[in-house]
Amino acid sequence: MSPLKDNSIFSWTYELVADTLGGPEWLAYGLGALAVIMVVVNGFLLIGTIFTWMERKVVGRFQSRVGPNRVGPFGILQAVADAVKLLFQEDIVPRRADRLLFNAAPIVMLAPSLLALAVIPFGAGSYVADLNIGVLYVVAMSGIASLAVLIAGYASGNKLALLGSMRAVAMLLSYEIPLVMALLGITILAGSMSMVDIIAAQSVPFVLVSPLGALIFLIAMSAELNRPPFDVTEAESELVAGYLTEYSGMKFGVFYLAEFSNVVLAGALFAILFLDGWEWAILPSHLWFLIKVFGFLFVASWVRATLPRMRIDQILTFAWKYLFPLSLVNVLALAVETIAWPDPSGLQLWIMVAINWAIAAAAIPLLSLVVHLGEPARAGRRIPLSEEVF
Amino acid sequence: MHTQPVIVNIGPHHPSTHGVFRMRLTMDGENILDVEPVIGYLHRGSEKLAEERHYTQVITLTDRMDYVASMTNNQAYVLSCEQLTGITPPDRGMYLRVIAAELQRVVSHLVATGFFLQDLGAFATPLMYAMRERERVLDLFEMLCGARITVSYMRIGGVFQDAPGEFWPALRRILDEFPAFIDELEDLISDNEIVLSRTQGVSVITGADAVNASITGPVLRASGVSWDLRKAAPYDVYDRVSFDVPLGEHGDNYDRYIIRIREIRESLKIVEQCVAQIEPGPVRATTAMLFRPPVGESYVPIEAPKGELGFYLVSDGSIAPYRMHARAPSLINLTLLKQMLVGWKLSDAIVSFGSIDVNMGEVDR
Repeated sequence: MSPLKDNSIFSWTYELVADTLGGPEWLAYGLGALAVIMVVVNGFLLIGTIFTWMERKVVGRFQSRVGPNRVGPFGILQAVADAVKLLFQEDIVPRRADRLLFNAAPIVMLAPSLLALAVIPFGAGSYVADLNIGVLYVVAMSGIASLAVLIAGYASGNKLALLGSMRAVAMLLSYEIPLVMALLGITILAGSMSMVDIIAAQSVPFVLVSPLGALIFLIAMSAELNRPPFDVTEAESELVAGYLTEYSGMKFGVFYLAEFSNVVLAGALFAILFLDGWEWAILPSHLWFLIKVFGFLFVASWVRATLPRMRIDQILTFAWKYLFPLSLVNVLALAVETIAWPDPSGLQLWIMVAINWAIAAAAIPLLSLVVHLGEPARAGRRIPLSEEVF
Repeated sequence: MHTQPVIVNIGPHHPSTHGVFRMRLTMDGENILDVEPVIGYLHRGSEKLAEERHYTQVITLTDRMDYVASMTNNQAYVLSCEQLTGITPPDRGMYLRVIAAELQRVVSHLVATGFFLQDLGAFATPLMYAMRERERVLDLFEMLCGARITVSYMRIGGVFQDAPGEFWPALRRILDEFPAFIDELEDLISDNEIVLSRTQGVSVITGADAVNASITGPVLRASGVSWDLRKAAPYDVYDRVSFDVPLGEHGDNYDRYIIRIREIRESLKIVEQCVAQIEPGPVRATTAMLFRPPVGESYVPIEAPKGELGFYLVSDGSIAPYRMHARAPSLINLTLLKQMLVGWKLSDAIVSFGSIDVNMGEVDR
C-alpha cells in the first residue's frame, strides 16, 4: 500500500496514463511518481529562489536601501537574472583542486535537502511519504550537508576554503546535538516521529508547549544553516567566501540555491514541528503552510540584517555550555510531563504550556548565573571625558 | 599528532583589508602565531609628485592620501605652507576650516565605525546607516566646494570660497538631527552582547606601548593617554572653542570603537560653537597663485581623524617644495599590529585591524 495513492497529482497522472491512454500499470505508476517529484522539487526550489529575492529585499529595507528593483516588477525576476548570469559564467576549476570532489560537492549539498522533502507535508494530504521515522530521516539528511561543506573546502585547494570548512564541521557537529535534543522533545510530546502524526498531535502548537525546544531549534538551526550570527563558514569579512571561495558559475549557483533551499526546509520543519503545520482556520491548508514558512524566513532575514558574527570558539562554547544543558532540561521536563499525562487533553496541554514557560523563564537566567559564576557582568562602557591634556 | 603552521595570505585582494593591505599570517588552525604586514600596493609617489608641482597644486595631491578625510589633509598641508610663508588667514577662513575639518572627522569616524562592524560580521546594516548619514555631510562639502571626496577646499591663506547661503540651514539641520542618529547607531551596537563579547578585552594596547610606538589619535586615547593636538597645540581656532577629549581605559577594540562615537558627538559640539562664533568677513588672505616662500622648513601637526597628521615641507626658495614628507597616522598606527594580533584568532585579526582605522591611501601615499 503506497501512501502515494492519496496524492491527487499522482492519482490524476496515474488515471490519465493507465485508464484514459491505456498504458501499462508500471508506466503509469512511474510517470505518476515522476509528476509528484517534479512538482515537489521544483515547487520547493521555486520557493528557495523566491526567498533569495525576498531576503535581499527585506535586508535592503532594514538597511534603508531599496533592494533589487530592476528586473521585473519589484525586482522579483532578480533571481532569474542571477541564474542566467551564473550559467554563462566561466566554470573554473583551480589547478590545485581535487577535480572529482570539487565537482561532486554541489550535488552532495543540494541532493539531501531535496531528499528530505519526501517527508515534508506541504498541506493536508500533500506529502510524498509519511515515514514513521520522518524526523530522524530529516535530521539524517540535513547532516549530509555538512559533509558537502567539508568536501568543498577540502577539494578547493585553497587555505581560506579549508579554514571555512574546518569551522563548519566543528560547528555543525556541536549544534547537531542540541538540535536533535530539541526534536526529541517534540517526538516525546507527540509520541511519534511521523510528521503527519506530529501535526495531528498539536491541538496546542508546540511552540507554546515547548518554548525552550523552539528556541533551541531556532538557534541550532541557524548554526546548521550557516546563518548569522553563526555564519563563520562563509564569514565574508574574514574568509572572503569560505568554502565557496573557488566556486564559480553554476556550481556556485547550486551551492547558493542549496543554501537558501535549506533555509526554506528549516522553515518548513519549524512550521510542522512547532507551528501546527498546515492547520488553521479559513484559508486553504497549503496557503497556511506557506504563510508560516515565510514567517520563519522573514525572521531569518531579520536576524541576518541585525546581528554581528560570533567567533568560532564562542560558538562552540555557546553550544556546549548553554544549548546542551538547556536541551537536557527541555527533554527532562517534557518526559516527566508525558509520563504524568500520557494522552493529554486540551486543558492538560495548557497546564503543560504554563509549566514549560515557567521552566524556560527560570532555566535560562539560572543557567547563565551558574555558567558565569564569579565573572563580572559584561556591559557596554560609557567612557569618561577629560578636559585635561598631557 | 604532527601538525604544522600554515601561512595564510589575507589580502591584498580581500573584502576587509580596507583597500590593499596584505597580512601574511602564520596560523596554527585558527590561532595566529605570526603576522607580517606587507604594504605598498597603493603607492602613487605623492611625495615625489609634490616636488614637481607648485605649492597650491600640491593641495590636490593631499586629497588623495587619506581619501576618507580629505579636508583634514588639506588643512595640515595649508597650515604647514602658512608657517613656511608667514601668511595668516582671516578669521572667517579659519572658522570655515574648523567646521569643515570637524565635519570631516564625523565622516571619517562614521566610516571607521561602519567598516569596523562590517568586519565584525554585521551584514552591512550599521555600515549602511553610517554611509547614509555620511552622504548628508558630503552634501555639505559639495555646497562648500563642488566636490564630495577630493575636496581641495582649503587654500594657503584661508579657504577656496565662502560658504553659500544654503549651506548654513543645511548645516543647522544636520547638527539638529545627528545626535538622534548617533543614539540610533549606539542602540543597535553599543550594548549588543555579541559585539561586547567579540571586542572587549581583545587586542589590548597599553598606554605605554602606544606612546612607545608613537601611536596617535583615537587609538592612543582609547589606551587612556590624554593627547589631542587640538588641545595640546591648538591651530586655527581650536583655542576658541571648548570641547572634551574622550578617553578609554582598557585600550581594547571596544574602547577604540566607543571613543570614535564619543568623538563624533564632541565634533558636533565644536561645529556648533563655530557656527555661533563665526562672523562675516573675507575667507582668504590675498596670496598669489604662484609664490616663492623663503628658504626654510616647516611642520605643523594637526589632529586628523586618524591621528597626528603633518606635512614636513622644505623650501629652497622656488615655486615648488624641495621635499615634502607626510607623517601619516595610518602608517604609524600600524606599528603595533603584530603585538595586537598574535595569540588571537583570525576573526579577531580582522576586527582589530579594522579598529585601528587605517586608510591605505595614506599608508602607501
